[in-house]
Formats: sequence, C-alpha cells, structure tokens
Amino acid sequence: MLHITTLHYLVLGAALFLLGVIGVLTRRNVVIVLMSIELILNAVNLNLVAFSRYWQGIHGPTALHGQVFAIFVITDAAAEAAVGLGILIAFFRNKETVNVDEVNLLKW
Amino acid sequence: MFLSHIYLIPLFPALGAALMFFFGRKLRKPTVSAVCVGSVVLAFLMSCGAVLEYTTWAAEHHHQPYEKILYTWLGTDTGHLNYLKSDGTEAPLQADAGFLLDPLSSIWLLFVTGVGMLIHIYSTGYMAHEGGYYRFFGYLNLFMFSMLTLILANNYVLMFVGWEGVGLCSYLLIGFYFHRKSASDAANKAFIVNRIGDAGFLLGIFFIAWYMGSLRFIDVTHAARSGQFAIGDPIITAATLLLFVGACGKSAQLPLYVWLPDAMEGPTPVSALIHAATMVTAGVYMVARSNALFVLAPKSMLVVAIVGALTAVFAASIGLVQNDIKRVLAYSTVSQLGYMFLALGVGAFSAAVFHVFTHAFFKALLFLGAGSVIHAMSGEQDMRNMGDLHKRIPTTHATMFIATLAIAGIFPFAGFFSKDAILWETWSREGGAYRILWCVGYATALMTAFYMFRLMYLTFHGRPRMSHDVEHHIHESPMAMTLPLVVLAVMSLFAGFLGWPHSLGGSDHFTKFLEPVFAGEAQTLSEEGRAAQLASGEKEEEKNTGTEWLLMGLSLAAAGIGWGMAWRSYRHADKGYAEPIANLSAPVYTTLLNKYYVDEGYDYVFTGRRQVGDVRLGVLGAGEASSWFDTHIIDGAVNAAGSITRGTATFSSWWDKWIIDGIGVNGPAILARMLSYPARLFEWGLVQWYALVMTAGLVGFAFYYVYH
Repeated sequence: MLHITTLHYLVLGAALFLLGVIGVLTRRNVVIVLMSIELILNAVNLNLVAFSRYWQGIHGPTALHGQVFAIFVITDAAAEAAVGLGILIAFFRNKETVNVDEVNLLKW
Repeated sequence: MFLSHIYLIPLFPALGAALMFFFGRKLRKPTVSAVCVGSVVLAFLMSCGAVLEYTTWAAEHHHQPYEKILYTWLGTDTGHLNYLKSDGTEAPLQADAGFLLDPLSSIWLLFVTGVGMLIHIYSTGYMAHEGGYYRFFGYLNLFMFSMLTLILANNYVLMFVGWEGVGLCSYLLIGFYFHRKSASDAANKAFIVNRIGDAGFLLGIFFIAWYMGSLRFIDVTHAARSGQFAIGDPIITAATLLLFVGACGKSAQLPLYVWLPDAMEGPTPVSALIHAATMVTAGVYMVARSNALFVLAPKSMLVVAIVGALTAVFAASIGLVQNDIKRVLAYSTVSQLGYMFLALGVGAFSAAVFHVFTHAFFKALLFLGAGSVIHAMSGEQDMRNMGDLHKRIPTTHATMFIATLAIAGIFPFAGFFSKDAILWETWSREGGAYRILWCVGYATALMTAFYMFRLMYLTFHGRPRMSHDVEHHIHESPMAMTLPLVVLAVMSLFAGFLGWPHSLGGSDHFTKFLEPVFAGEAQTLSEEGRAAQLASGEKEEEKNTGTEWLLMGLSLAAAGIGWGMAWRSYRHADKGYAEPIANLSAPVYTTLLNKYYVDEGYDYVFTGRRQVGDVRLGVLGAGEASSWFDTHIIDGAVNAAGSITRGTATFSSWWDKWIIDGIGVNGPAILARMLSYPARLFEWGLVQWYALVMTAGLVGFAFYYVYH
C-alpha cells in the first residue's frame, strides 16, 4: 500500500491548477470560466491543507494556519462567485450573450 | 404708524400682482379674488389710516407735506454723481425711493384706492365667466401698484416710473382680449400715443433738473416760490409746456386724445378704473403737483386752459351722436378731462382737483353701470339695439340715473359743485379770452346734459329694440356688481358736499384742505394782477356772489335744456328712430359720427396707413424718407459689413479646417495612431487574451527563476 506524501497532494494540486488555467483561457462561456476559477482556487486550497498537514507533523497538532487560511479562501471564493454572477447578469442584460469573446470593451 | 409705513400702500397690490404672475395659473378663482381684492382693501384701509394720521400730524407741523425717504435709488446720496446746472454750478443727480403725502396726494390716494377697491369687487362678478381671470386681476393689481407709486412719489423720476407703469398696465388691459385684432390695435395705439406724451414729460423733467437743480417736488416748489425766477421765465415756460405735453398724452387732451375712445376695447371694469376714474387723471395730478412752476409761466397756463376748453367741447360734440354706449362715455371722459385742464389753466387748481374727485365717482359709476347693461344684454354695446331696460335692471338704472344727474350738473349732485366751481373760476379770471373759454365750457355743459340723457333714454327707456334671444336673457347683475354701483351712487350724491361753496352758505372744506398745496399760487396770481377777486375787498365779494348765483342758474338751465332736448327726441325711441342732429344737418351728423375724421387724418399724415396718391406720408413724409434711408443707407452699410464678414469668415473657416485642424491638430493625432498599432495588439479587449498574457508572463518568470 502506497503511502500518500505531501508531494502527491502537490502534484494533484498542480494538475487541478493547470486544468483551471486551461479552462479560464480557452472556454468562451463565462459560467465555465467562473467554474474554472473555482478550480484554481481549490487547487490552492489543496496545497494549503497539504502543507498544513506537513507542518502538523513537525510542530504538533496546533499548527492549523494553512487550514484556517483555506477556509478564508473558500469564503473569498463564495464572495467572488457572487460578484462574478452579478457581473454576468448585468453583462447578459446589455449584450444578450454569456460569451466572453463577444465583449471587447476592456481596452482604452 | 400708518404714516411711517406709507410704503406699504403700493406694496400690497405689488405683492398681489407678483403672486398672480408666478402662481396665478395654479390658483382657483376664489383664491385669486381673495388675494387681489384683499390687497386693494388693505391698501385702502392703510390709505385711510395714513390720511387721518396725516391730518393730525399736519396740524402740528404747519401743514407741511410729509416726506418719507426709504433710500436713494438713482444717483447717490453722498453727492458723488453731479451734473452741471444751467447757472454753471453743480447739482447732485438724485432720485429717491421716497413717498410724499400732502393734501393733494391724500385726495388721489383716497379715491384711487376707494374706487379701485369697488372696481376690484365689481370685477369678481363681471369677469366671473371669462378666461384669464388671474391674468386680469394680476394686471389690475399691478396697475394699482403703479398708480399708487405715481401718486405717492416724492420726485419727478419716481413719478415717471409710476407713469410708465400705468401706461404699461393700460396697454396690457386694453389688449386683454388679445386674440381680437381691434383690441391689440387699440392697445398699440394707446401705448404709442402715450409715448409721444411721455417724451414731452421726460424732456420737461430734464429741463427742471437742469434749471432747478432738484427733482424733489418739495425742493422744486420751494425754489419756484422763492422768487428767484421771474414770472414768464422762458425756460420754465418751456418746461411746463413739455410737462403739459405729457399730461396731454396721459389725460387724453387734444391732439393726443385719440387713444382713449379706442381703449374701450378693454373689459369694462378696466375702462372704469383706468380710462375714467384714475389713470387718465394722472395728467391733472402732475400739473397740479407742478402748480408752483405753472403759475410762473402764464403763457403755459393759457395754453393749458385753451387746450382744455377745446378738448371739452370737441369731445362732447362727438359724444352727441355716438351709438356705442362705452364710446359715449369715453368721449364724455375726454370732455370732462378738458374741464379739469381748463380749471388748471385758469389757476383754479383746487377746482380742478375737486372735479377729478367727483368725476372719479360718477364716471366710474357710469362705466360700471354700462358694464352691467352690457352684461345684461349678453355683450351688446350698441344703444340702437337697447331700450326699455329700466324695469328689467332697476338697480343699474337707478344708480346710473344718479350718475347722469351728477355729470349733467343738476343740484345737489356732485358734478354740480365741481363743474360750477370751474365755470365760476373761469368767468372770474379777468380778460376777454377767459370769458370766451367760459362760453365754451358752458356750451360743453349743455352738450354733456344732452348726450348723457340721450344715453339714458336710449338704453333704459323708449321701445325695446333688441332681438328676442337677447331680450329673453336680460337679468340684473349679481350682488358683487350692484353693490359697488350703489356705493358709488351714494358717493356721486354726497361727494360734492365737501366743496359746498361759500356763496351758497357752505364752507368749501375741499379748497381749505388743499390750501397748503396751492397757497403760493394765490399769492403769485394776485401779484400778477390777473385774479382781482383774490385781492379785492368785501364790496366786490358781495357783487361777485350775485354773479355766481346767476352763473349757477345759467348752468342749471343748460343742464335742464339738454335734458329736455334728449327727452323730446329719444323718449319714445323705437326701431329706426331719428337723430335730431341728422335731421338738422346731415353733413354735420356724418362728421360728428366719424369723429371729425381725426383718425383718418392721422393715418394719412402720421402713421402712413392710408396713402395720399401713391405716397405713404407717415409722419409728414419722414416715415417714407427714413424708410428709404433705412433700406439704402443703413441696410446697405449693414449688408456691406455682412459681406466683408462673410468673406473673412470663409477664408477663416478654410484656414481653420485645413491648416489648423488638418496639420496642427489632426496631424499629430494621425501620427500617434500609426505609431500605436503595435501597442494595440496587446490591448484588444478580450479578457481571455489578457489572462493568457498574464499566464505566459508568470510561466516566463517561473522558468527564469528556476533555470537562472
């Protein structure tokens, strides 16, 4: 039976992160883009929790900073999702579309 | 308390007017009536209080005028704004927002606010079914404000402000039915003719400022009575003549009377208030106010007297044959104003003021009565279509009958006293010219009685000549209209008693009240030796009393004859009744009916509305000449200037478009745009492109740090 080390978690996190980045960069639907951002954030959370566990092994069970931080990130992700969906609705009302490539006003 | 807050008197109507102009459209009719009638009632109460307070104040202060100066509104009170007087010294240019109360302005104040109040009340009934109700009352209140400013002003300039104000309100109210062309024409006519007079008035004011060095009435009167100016001084003669031109315009004297008959296009309460009782007497007020100047200019006085007498007989003769009920009254007003100027011209200032005072009541009553008749007749004004109304509208008939007795000069109605005072004063000025003027005045009295009783018989007696439709609708006017009629009728009966002459055992309170204002005038006139009765002893006084009785008898006889002639001719007037003057001489009748063709003459000579051959004369050809000058010289210069401007502008436009904009402004912009193309590649607006660039950057940094 293979022992799961921190490195495993980090590899999984990196894979999730990469998936998220690819999603953000390639998908046209804003909803999917937002979901991909969630993926990135969760990859980060995974890293944080993994390192927290690593630190627990060295400093004892009270070293919970990484896990607390992960909870903050989850809260932040919820807020960001709310704002993102709000923008999405305003965007749809104006443009009648949810595709990011049909909006190119973010220039001058 | 009233006296020190005298400025409130004009302020109340001013506030009412302001309220109407800003919020009138939103207010309901009862509110409008309450505000506007209320403001005039307040002004009237204030006036009564102020005059009462003044009489006690004056008894303690040697019958001086009461002057209340709020501030200096023209020039400075520090004397920094000076002008050169005729004698080479400097005088400060200064006109105050100041108020002057003396017996003369007291009388005007009382009857203007009193009659004004009654007419406001009457209007609530008369105008009840008309559109523009708030507009009408706003104008009326503005008029009251202007008139009160005119009366209470303590200097010529502020008086001129009020003078122009009443002119404006007269214009607005004559043109009240502005959708009717005749009404707007009449309004323009009134305004323009008044303007001619105003120009004279203004020049007169300049003369006074230049020669006397002050614009305040008290200063001017004081200077004029100080003896430093000789009697017959040419500058004062010129100044007074110019003032009289102003009075001619406002008070409708020859040759500027033409606007007043046309002013009857306005609503009837307006005719009563402005064109009979108050505004048209402003000219008399102004001359009476300047009495100290006029007595220094005997030639001007003679002109005033002659113009007054001629106007009186001229207008009365036109009034003999007019068929429109309001026009008869209009010519009657012109004629009565002529009487007043006759009195002023012979130096009988208090008699003139007395006639203004009594005339205000009975003429307002006649106009309001005529309004009530017109109201009953569904808008009909032609007396040929009236008749036999006395049973149908009894209150109107009774009150108008009293007014007719008053204007005809039947004892003891108000007109008898004032008219006889004028005729007596004219007679007693020595010199043949004045006896002729007396004859003219006497003839006018006879005509007055005739045309007034003609009006009464045609309107109220004889056979009914209206159509059945109209006859069906005849009704007495509402309480709001009849009440002022009754009050004015009472005044027409009793107002004359104030000036009950000495010869009839009275004490002539009116003249005594006015004495402080005209005191200096008696002095000057007797020095002149042309008013012998003032200087003469008891014996002559007794002889005069006999003559005065004789003259009174004569004028009563004239009134009786006029009444009798009207009674004979019109008592049974039926459809197609005969005019006695037409029977006597058809050309005379036509001439009178067409008002001596004066309007037509003015159209040929001055206005240019009628052509003489192919030429439009217009102000004796000056119109045509100035029109040519205008089209060829002025407009030519204007056009030349225009062409030059246009050429320059075209070049300037080209220069701006291609050089400034093209090279100067757009050039750098185009250059910048070309240079910016590569930079734009990074910024083309797609979110995901930005994300990719960021990711690439991150990856780049990562590789750099890992493999460096």
